[in-house]
Amino acid sequence: MTEPLIDVRNMEISFAHGFVKAVRGVSFQLGREKLGIVGESGSGKSTVGRAIMRLLPPTAKVTADRMTFKGADILAASEKQMMDIRGKQIGLILQDPKYSLNPVMRVGEQIAETYRLHYPKAGRKAAEKKVLEMLEAVKIRDPQRVFRLYPHEVSGGMGQRIMIAMMLIAEPEVLIADEPTSALDVTVRLDVLALLDELIARRNLGLIFISHDLNLIRKFCDRVLIMYAGRVVEVLKASELDNAQHPYTQGLLASLPSIENPPARLPTLTRDPSWLTQPTIGVPS
Amino acid sequence: MIDVENLTVRFGPRTPLVVKGISFTIERGKSFGLVGESGCGKSTVLRAISGLNRNYGGRISLDGKPLEPERSKAFFRDVQMVFQDPYGSLHPRKTVRSQLIEPLRNQHLPIKENAVSDVLKAVGLDPGLGYRFPHQLSGGQRQRVAIARALILDPPVLLLDEPTSALDVSVQAEILNLLADLQKERGLTYLLVSHDMAVIAHLCSRVAIMNGGEIVEETGIEQIRSGHVQHPYSQRLLSASRAYGKQEMRPVEVMNSA
Repeated sequence: MTEPLIDVRNMEISFAHGFVKAVRGVSFQLGREKLGIVGESGSGKSTVGRAIMRLLPPTAKVTADRMTFKGADILAASEKQMMDIRGKQIGLILQDPKYSLNPVMRVGEQIAETYRLHYPKAGRKAAEKKVLEMLEAVKIRDPQRVFRLYPHEVSGGMGQRIMIAMMLIAEPEVLIADEPTSALDVTVRLDVLALLDELIARRNLGLIFISHDLNLIRKFCDRVLIMYAGRVVEVLKASELDNAQHPYTQGLLASLPSIENPPARLPTLTRDPSWLTQPTIGVPS
Repeated sequence: MIDVENLTVRFGPRTPLVVKGISFTIERGKSFGLVGESGCGKSTVLRAISGLNRNYGGRISLDGKPLEPERSKAFFRDVQMVFQDPYGSLHPRKTVRSQLIEPLRNQHLPIKENAVSDVLKAVGLDPGLGYRFPHQLSGGQRQRVAIARALILDPPVLLLDEPTSALDVSVQAEILNLLADLQKERGLTYLLVSHDMAVIAHLCSRVAIMNGGEIVEETGIEQIRSGHVQHPYSQRLLSASRAYGKQEMRPVEVMNSA
């Protein structure tokens, strides 16, 4: 593998003066691939995503042996340098477009704001043209009209497309998507995912896809990290999820209800304290 | 057990109908699923049946007896509801115990000494949790408390509004098992509303698929499992639910601007 886009070694994150350890010894590398991070709520998956963007509150203490973006140290970067990385180099797509967009600003202007922040030389007209192109790229019909809408006037699926457009307009090399489709209906979800897939392939981006939905990750990602209680318990190819070794991964997969042949009882997880200390299964490449 | 005839709901005069005249029947001791995407009116139907929304048209009958829009006190002894979000549906400043006896107090029923511990045991919780506040419980435990609160009046019917959608899959499995067990033990009748076809398929024997305020298709669970649904919307919803984690993803369609 050539130099990874993101390289994280032994990341530890604690809150409340070290009393709460949210992330413990997480290591991974991201190339130009789709990396999934799966886990239950509270497993620390979103915290990892936010730590890479340095978006955690000041009360969080983040340490790592190495945490780099294209060789540049993220941990040591100044806030000014981070402003350049955030958005321009690494984009973050959040879960719920309803709460993540500014409710009192037209969506087109919000997208243009991102563009002009990162390309200050661009004029208003140029930015608007770029936004319209971007709205078209995320398959919004009639971008002229959507440009002038407010967030409450668009549907959930369209809102998420707008978020994706906003994140891609500055042309980052890495996207971190934190549960980008959890707030959407199944039929819309597939459209948004297919769109994301296409844009990532075309622009050759690296993607970190954070989700609690194993089926979705299995389908969408190349590689998966399984997180449990702040640790990566298993790393494997998404296509090999069915052959997962770790009892936690197996348990998560088994507890999914199925449409075709539901078991009389769903198997539930019995949590084993040794999961907290065992080394990661699978090569953390 | 529950008969719904030509139910209509609108919010405010001269606005379009949100629920456009739907009818279905639920047999005693069976689970009926109402599935559809957000905004299709499935929760609105539930709120009309539960009496939370009195402004509806059409007829709703329970056990053969038609109901007044203004529900009687006895009605709530027969029909209880479990809400979607266990974080929002429990009172944050009351102990589990005091919120569990509240339905008994409202109904002027005698509060037996071990009523609370019995119902906590029935939902698989330690009776000692009765003295805790909701914030001291996990999401799964809270949802069990919400189910316990619905069960304490021993109602024959439970209305379940997305009871697992705020929970992790591993916890969802526990709650679904619990609901299945309770139904077997007590012969409960369930009306389950969900957007998740797999959850519905796990628990229900009959399913109505809603779209745009109408039931487009009502069918048995076998047809859902084998994929034999008739209406184009049902087919689309089912194939989207299945496409998950299996076949190739659908090609992107240009979205209709909503």
